[in-house]
Amino acid sequence: MSEATQPAGIPAAAVPQVAQAPRGPVPLTWLKQAMLVPLLLVLSVLFLYPFIWLISASLKPQDEVFDNRIVPNTVQWNYGHGPYDAIGRPHGLIGLVPEAPHWLLNTFWISSLGAALVTFSSALVAFGFAYFRFPFRNFLFALVLATMMLPGDVTMIPVYLIWNHDGLFTEQHSWLPHIGINTQYPLWVPSMFGSAFYIFLIRQFFLGIPREYFEAARVDGDNYLTMFWRIALPLAKPALIVSFIFELQAKWFDFKNPLIYLTDSNLFTLPLGLKTVLDRFGQGGGGEGEWQIIMAGTVLLTIPMVILFAIFQRYFIRGIATQGRKG
Amino acid sequence: MASVAVNQAPGSPSRARRWLSGFRKRETWIAYLFLLPWFFGFLALTAGPMVASAYLSLTNYGVEQIAGFEPTKVVGLDHYHELLHDPKITLALKNTLIFTVMLVPAKMLVALGLAMLLLRVSRKLAGVFRTIFYLPEMAPKVAVGVLVLTLFNGQEGIVNRGLEAIGIQGPFWTTDPNWIKPSLVIMTVWACGGTMVIYLAALAGVPQHLYEAAAIDGASAWRRFRDITLPMISPALFFTFIILTIAGFQTFDEAFTAFFGAGSTGAEDPDAALFYSIYLFRQAFRFFDMGYAAAMAWLLFAIIIAVTLVQILVSRRLVFYQGGQR
Repeated sequence: MSEATQPAGIPAAAVPQVAQAPRGPVPLTWLKQAMLVPLLLVLSVLFLYPFIWLISASLKPQDEVFDNRIVPNTVQWNYGHGPYDAIGRPHGLIGLVPEAPHWLLNTFWISSLGAALVTFSSALVAFGFAYFRFPFRNFLFALVLATMMLPGDVTMIPVYLIWNHDGLFTEQHSWLPHIGINTQYPLWVPSMFGSAFYIFLIRQFFLGIPREYFEAARVDGDNYLTMFWRIALPLAKPALIVSFIFELQAKWFDFKNPLIYLTDSNLFTLPLGLKTVLDRFGQGGGGEGEWQIIMAGTVLLTIPMVILFAIFQRYFIRGIATQGRKG
Repeated sequence: MASVAVNQAPGSPSRARRWLSGFRKRETWIAYLFLLPWFFGFLALTAGPMVASAYLSLTNYGVEQIAGFEPTKVVGLDHYHELLHDPKITLALKNTLIFTVMLVPAKMLVALGLAMLLLRVSRKLAGVFRTIFYLPEMAPKVAVGVLVLTLFNGQEGIVNRGLEAIGIQGPFWTTDPNWIKPSLVIMTVWACGGTMVIYLAALAGVPQHLYEAAAIDGASAWRRFRDITLPMISPALFFTFIILTIAGFQTFDEAFTAFFGAGSTGAEDPDAALFYSIYLFRQAFRFFDMGYAAAMAWLLFAIIIAVTLVQILVSRRLVFYQGGQR
């Protein structure tokens, strides 16, 4: 575990190398390990099955969605306009829901922008906490951590009212850009102010950087901002990546905020879009509704996250493990 | 100047002055500048709204007040009084509690089982299976809600087909009030990869010599698990216990997706899936009864704090921290 937790990017000399006694359970013999493999395989099938079922169902015609075959009897592309029925009505995702491509695009840019903003602002705050000593530092940091405990429901209503008020204000002053309810600003603007877990995570990383690096940079004529930019940020890259992908995932998942703030279906993100499709086309359950496009929508919502995980797996695992160690 | 201060003996009267002198240093104000984004967000999106929400919970703020047709009136503790007598609140609390009580142990058990399995095979193999078991965490909650509806469909869902294959007549999961919560629990436990990874890290940190010593003493596998593994990973178990409980109380996405029409106001929705957050959402954003919803939010917060405190107190004697009490 030790090399997995050692932050990459920090020179090995910076982290004290302590010879450690072996940890974890005593390894099993080769034979005993081999006996566990069938069990792991069965479990894997259980865990993967919903994904496989989903992808397969999204490629079936309307009346075969619930036939539970892994390989579709008839393969049908439900993601475009078609297929068309006898009188030429479309039954594909885009055919029935022309806004769907917008949803994908909206989700993509809101998640990316939000994740980038929250990572940068959290890093700024984290640097403030990690590098400087100042009055109220510990108190303020405790306050940062305390905000993690607060249920979102407590602040949800006043924050909505603030946006509502902002919206009315900008409507009356036409030279201002229109923010507020039924715009996408409430979904990403709060990311500009940092977020407790990421501040904590990045601060831990900054604390691991030897102070001499900063002193040397000071001697070279760096000010605090260039020091942050040239020394701290590059060395904390793994933590920044963790913060970015975690927030990307959180924003991609976000359902409640779009549900609260958005009414114009062109502005929707995928989770809210999928919910709308489900409500509009999902009646009846067993094959009466247009379940083939609901399945296609679900795949569209899920697969990008699976790809994200495939690329950044290491960072996800490390980020989660950090979360656990904090406790 | 700084070195003079350092040379002073601690506890001398200048300690307070030295603390105060912090405000005269340029560095202090630069540090505050770095904190500015958080500070602004804290005031505008956390502290301010908390105060506002507390105030709203004491008023009749609702749809007429938002539109400005009628003035906002302070109604005192009326909403809190009302909360106690609202049968829907009782129902929502009961649902949420039952769901959480089912979910948390189930998720912890499955995650711990998987983690222990993974630690017993070679690193390479464990890496592959860890990826597979973690993958469900990447399924958005709305997608999980859709999966509840499809996989647990009473007539044609794969779950009931599977049960049929072994001779069990499966229930109508998504329509039978008794089985709605279990289907949500099962689908939520499916996404236990994060918890599993936390346990993996904890399990991998248990010193091996403890197991070796126990094996020499002839301790059974169960004894080793109970007397070494469990105490050594108890901080991780405790952490996930609290986090999962808090999350359980706030469950919204999956249940709302599966069982509540986005525009509906409730008459046709199943009572069995009416969780507290869903009822709160509906009060706030369907009926725009903001005052009442704010009171609901504070009740939820109070319950979460109370439950967490009880958990901390109870587990104080159960959790073992390596390297001494914290």
